[in-house]
Amino acid sequence: MSDLLAPEHDTPNAQAATRASPDTLLYLDGVTVEFDGFKALNGLSLVLEDGELRTVIGPNGAGKTTMMDVITGKTRPDSGTVLFDGSVDLTRLDEEEIANLGIGRKFQKPTVFENLSVAENLELALKDDRSITRTLLARLNGEQRDRIASTLETIGLTERRTEQSGSLSHGQKQWLEIGMLLIQDQRLLLLDEPVAGMTDAETAETAELILSLATKRTILVVEHDMEFVRDLGAKVTVLHEGSVLAEGSIDHVQGNQRVVEVYLGR
Amino acid sequence: MDAPLLLDRRGWLAFLVILAAAIVLIPLLVLLPPAGSAFRVPDYLVPLLGKYACYAILALGLDLVWGYAGILSLGHGAFFALGGYCMGMYLMRQIGTRGVYGNPNLPDFMVFLNWQELPWTWWGFSSFPFAVVMALAVPGLLALVFGWFAFRSRVTGVYLSIITQAMTYALLLAFFRNEMGFGGNNGLTDFKDVLGFEIRAPSTRIGLYILTVACLAAAFLLCRWITRSKLGRLLLAVRDAEGRVRFLGYSVTRAKLFVFTLSAVLAGLAGALYVPQVGIINPSEFSPANSIEIAIWVAVGGRGTLVGAILGALVINLAKTWLTGAAPELWLFVLGALFILVTLAMPDGILGLARRWRLPRRAPVAVVEEAPHV
Repeated sequence: MSDLLAPEHDTPNAQAATRASPDTLLYLDGVTVEFDGFKALNGLSLVLEDGELRTVIGPNGAGKTTMMDVITGKTRPDSGTVLFDGSVDLTRLDEEEIANLGIGRKFQKPTVFENLSVAENLELALKDDRSITRTLLARLNGEQRDRIASTLETIGLTERRTEQSGSLSHGQKQWLEIGMLLIQDQRLLLLDEPVAGMTDAETAETAELILSLATKRTILVVEHDMEFVRDLGAKVTVLHEGSVLAEGSIDHVQGNQRVVEVYLGR
Repeated sequence: MDAPLLLDRRGWLAFLVILAAAIVLIPLLVLLPPAGSAFRVPDYLVPLLGKYACYAILALGLDLVWGYAGILSLGHGAFFALGGYCMGMYLMRQIGTRGVYGNPNLPDFMVFLNWQELPWTWWGFSSFPFAVVMALAVPGLLALVFGWFAFRSRVTGVYLSIITQAMTYALLLAFFRNEMGFGGNNGLTDFKDVLGFEIRAPSTRIGLYILTVACLAAAFLLCRWITRSKLGRLLLAVRDAEGRVRFLGYSVTRAKLFVFTLSAVLAGLAGALYVPQVGIINPSEFSPANSIEIAIWVAVGGRGTLVGAILGALVINLAKTWLTGAAPELWLFVLGALFILVTLAMPDGILGLARRWRLPRRAPVAVVEEAPHV
């Protein structure tokens, strides 16, 4: 990663040069989102390699959640390019279509279906035909049951599988939501603050979980918890006022004068 | 993997047994005991009970969209009335030359308006199968088109409720107009027979009653099958966190359209069964207050339970029949008070109350299991 430490990589324009790489899974260039004159994203450029684990940090209002909204089709950018898997233009698709392309999202506030049991939440997320008739006639087969069982094992909720997910603790809901992404078998996972509200022990376990997943998938994690970001040991992108301020290893960005200024509010 | 339904297997089987008993017993008690016997059910009760069963089908449909998918439609009375009008048109065509004017081609009200020929909207309605298909298809199609615009634009919550009210109100005004060709203010009435059976004959009434209760049982089984399927769990997910469902890759619009349309078809069926039993259909069935009343039945019985919707429709309409006889001026106050009471004191309706009484005997197990994790 030594080349990432070079100063020119701190500017958005320099990153756009990676466009040519055949391994690019997600490509954002010059993305701007304006809400009533306020630029939530301002010419944001970001490139994710296939199989990469990336963390995105930045002060409140830096545009982290808006960036996820743009990638998942919740918000349409006013300008800019958003490409998935080389050529799919995400700005033309809606949330369902993007989810079916293989992009999954965990929300900042854990959102599970509280009136359904833990296992039923996973059942709904299970990779399968999403049409109404298929859903009406769906019966779990042995392989799907095994997938639910193994996912429950991975997220440590086997014991609570029949309980309503509304009764889970905050941390367990976060895990269930990560489990829903897993069983959906998505290529790109967007995790918005996956350890918010977790105890230190839970945070460490989550870091382990994410690292184990990162071997098979591309993951983008937005997080505030610097200890957690350090645990992940991945490339860090710092957002500020809707564009990339710095990019590199955690030590590199923490040593960056402008990052320090932004975080200390100078 | 059971959704949190209120009734276990025994409960809903018992419910079906009650329906089956209602099909067999009531007609027997009308026909067999000698006049004057304490067991004899009076004739006039048969169409009344049949009417309640129609309301129960209607409530079942509303529970499917409101209780499960979270779509509070306050326009279901319109789908009911449209189904009713389709059946009413068939019944009007059956009158033939027995009308006051004796015109073989035109219903009385058209002769009265000096119309020369049957409007195209009435074509085909002398056929019973056609009328039945239309009674289901017209409400279904309206729901499909209306729902497509509403759900695609992501109109939800109270805004959706308001536009459904507007829809039924618009239809109310339209059907009041004589030019529409549906009998205007007076609607359709003076029916003579249905499928060749005299409509007022006790045997016809018993037949209609049995058919209605059988339809209610079938509608219940259909709704139960849907709500217990994976689609049923998807509907609950849509109700609780619509936005999240989209990110799982499901089309919320299509899920809502499916359930809304099916629900309108059930309402149309209820309306079609209702008209031959009460003998009239007029524009007042479109009145917004009617649609609100359906929501009250479901709320009182217990949303998202199916059985609760049926129970609510029966209980409220029994109370209405009794009270509008005993103290007519009180009914609307009682209905309003009931709604406030249910909203404040028993949000899960009668079934929720029943469950609260039943739970203490079963609860300790769950509490002990949960305690270490809390």
